[in-house]
Amino acid sequence: MSRGSTLVFWLGFAVVVGLLAAAPLVLPAFWARLLSEILIWGLLAMSSDLLIGYTGLVSFGHSAFFGLGMYGAAAALLAVSPPSIWLALLFGLIAAAAAAGFVAFFSTRLRDIYFAITTLIFSQIFYVVIFTWTAVTGGENGLTFTRPPLALPGLFQLRLSPANLQWLVLAIVVMSYLLLRRITQSPFGMVLQSIRENEARTRAIGYPVERYKIVAVMLSGLFAGLAGVLYALQNEFAAPDFVFFLVSGETVIYNVVGGIGTLVGPIVGAAFFLLLREALSRFFTEFYLIPVGVIFVLIVIFMPQGLLGFARRWLNQ
Amino acid sequence: MHAGENEPEASPLLDVDGIHSFYGKSHILQGVSLWVGRGEVVALLGRNGVGKSTTLKTIMGLVQPSQGRISFEGEPVTGLPVHRLARRGIGYVPEERRIFHLLTVGENLRTGLDRPGITKPKRRELLDKIFEFFPVLAERRNQAGGTLSGGEQQMLAIARAMMLEPKIILLDEPTEGLMPRMVAQIREIIARLCGERVAVLLVEQNVPLTLEAAARVYILEKGAVRHHAPAASLRADPAPIHRYMGIGA
Amino acid sequence: MNIPLEQILIQTINGVVTGMILALVSSGLTLIFGIMDVVNFAHGELFMLGAYVGVLTLAATGSFWLALISATIVIAVLGALIYVTTLRPLLGRDPLTTILATFGISLILQNYALWQFGPVARKIGEPISGHFTLFYLDYPWYRVVIALISAALLGAVWLFLKFGTWGVWIRATTQDRVMAQAMGIPVPRVLLTVFAIGAGMAGASGVLFGPLTAIDHAMGLDWILRVFIVVVVGGMGNLAGSVVAAIFISLLEAYAALWVSPAQAVIVSFVVLILTLLFRPTGLFATAVR
Repeated sequence: MSRGSTLVFWLGFAVVVGLLAAAPLVLPAFWARLLSEILIWGLLAMSSDLLIGYTGLVSFGHSAFFGLGMYGAAAALLAVSPPSIWLALLFGLIAAAAAAGFVAFFSTRLRDIYFAITTLIFSQIFYVVIFTWTAVTGGENGLTFTRPPLALPGLFQLRLSPANLQWLVLAIVVMSYLLLRRITQSPFGMVLQSIRENEARTRAIGYPVERYKIVAVMLSGLFAGLAGVLYALQNEFAAPDFVFFLVSGETVIYNVVGGIGTLVGPIVGAAFFLLLREALSRFFTEFYLIPVGVIFVLIVIFMPQGLLGFARRWLNQ
Repeated sequence: MHAGENEPEASPLLDVDGIHSFYGKSHILQGVSLWVGRGEVVALLGRNGVGKSTTLKTIMGLVQPSQGRISFEGEPVTGLPVHRLARRGIGYVPEERRIFHLLTVGENLRTGLDRPGITKPKRRELLDKIFEFFPVLAERRNQAGGTLSGGEQQMLAIARAMMLEPKIILLDEPTEGLMPRMVAQIREIIARLCGERVAVLLVEQNVPLTLEAAARVYILEKGAVRHHAPAASLRADPAPIHRYMGIGA
Repeated sequence: MNIPLEQILIQTINGVVTGMILALVSSGLTLIFGIMDVVNFAHGELFMLGAYVGVLTLAATGSFWLALISATIVIAVLGALIYVTTLRPLLGRDPLTTILATFGISLILQNYALWQFGPVARKIGEPISGHFTLFYLDYPWYRVVIALISAALLGAVWLFLKFGTWGVWIRATTQDRVMAQAMGIPVPRVLLTVFAIGAGMAGASGVLFGPLTAIDHAMGLDWILRVFIVVVVGGMGNLAGSVVAAIFISLLEAYAALWVSPAQAVIVSFVVLILTLLFRPTGLFATAVR
């Protein structure tokens, strides 16, 4: 990237982050919370972008990673007293990583469509297990718990009010974005993109493609799990609905609509749909998914680069 | 670009004019022009990669040219869908034969035979003729295409194309990978096609066969026709062939 | 652990019955995939809508048979519409786009059904009443009839593919789309027809499964996963394979239901999938000839 565009990027980045940071102070509570939710789903979609946009692997399994992040956090918060946010993070990330490892092991040797179907089915396996293992997971009803404070024992203790939590979410999502950006621009990220472009050639050059894919899936799962932990913290419950494969599908939708391979695109996509849902739900109540589905299909057909790609092209004219 | 003494008749069966074709970003055909008259055997020679197969594929509609025109029987056909070109009477026998491996020999033939306007007697007639041409296929009629030997598959590929009652057959390297005995058989088949007034546009690496079978020869290099002459003159003076195909004296 | 023989037998028949219906739905999907490399996420919704069309027809005419016929035709037409508007424009592109597009369509169809028919489940009455006695238990005839109809429909599709011009066209196009075109086969029409046939099969299955279950907008969701498993285990594009896989998996699930709850019995199919992917990813029954 040229120095000029790097400067523009960081300026733009600073502006956006600044605006988002101001939001909890400026926006009414409902909208600030919605913004936070957009960021969390955006993080989930970003994690999926690492696979779809950069490695060329369509995963429908992100609901499993997200859900396990959620349940892992719940487990930590319920099992250990006093509830520690760090344990919640740790448990959530480990659970998500374990799930990702499991899925990666089976799926990465498969090509395209099989990969998609396999990840889909695995996310359902997790769903069924969570749904039926009522003793541990609360089954259909899920688990509820209270939000822990952000605390470093001995140093400080910060109660996570809605505003504080929103800033925490913003901080974590921004950090994740920067991390993911770093990853995609690193040599590792370059190999992933090479796999997306031409897997056979990458393999022929000598790269252990399967291993790269497994790492990609696990990284993706980690960030998805992180999103799950954040969601648990925000809502103070964990429910099996979020592990159902439809959530994976919606994640992919946000990703594709926003623009795959852009990292920012997925967040835009999430924003687009969540705001759309808000707008439409005034009129359509539960059936807002019909226009959502129609718009999605239209975008897949006519704007395959997603909203971001479309905007980019439009701006370049 | 037509050589003076080889001007086409008023309206040749197949007329290709200034075709440019791309394969991805590669500019493979850079202005190919040729023509084939009714019942004529015309050959395309050239080294590997010059665009001989791409020329056939473009004529067949499998590759869309970015520039240029193709007419068949006097009518423009550039851009028509492949299956319509086939029904109009252009038969295609690709380099890898590509018979339907899981269909029987009979079913392979049916893919060309089952079209509107074919009556039962006509069907009978065409099948009888093809089995007379290729008795081996009659024997193997109910066998899956994939079980046939290389030479038999080549025969099936040609037979299949003939089921369309084509006016021209595009033959892409029919002798590749075949034993010498089979090469002679291909030579006979081409002669019989010519006898039936079916034109042949032949792409080949086998120069002797080409010079025997064809009436006229185009030599391609780097995506365009560099030389065009009657086969007779090339038999007498093969210098152009040596020059463009890099074959030693 | 002493399970009476009668129960095992009952579960066997149940497994076969469900298996036949599953086979019918899955064959449609695998046919579509084999010929155009499209994984139709909306297949479960076609199944579901078929059931609803059945409900409406049944209410209007009182005939199960008319319901079956109308569902098949209506859903086949719907399939053709979906193909023409959404899938045909995407055919040349990355297979990812068709997965996404059909996923989007499944969302639309699911919520459309929810909107039009409401959340309360419907029912399709049994086409034939009466039971026969199996040992000392009563087993309803209609289930056997449903299995037989599914088998008959599958047989009809198989015959259609084996003989007849369209059958040759479909098989040729599935094997080599380019050469099929070069042989004058009207491939665009063939693709459309196959999608419509696959859709019709799903629609018919919906009606056939109707009497065995409660019909609601979400019934497709359950099935699509099983269908995917069947198709992968049977070998994608392999018709006979998907039939065998469907019965195999349904039987295993039926037996598993003797020990665990139905919600958990579904794990059996997941395990079969995992084993298949580990040891025979091209399909457990891939040696079955098309």
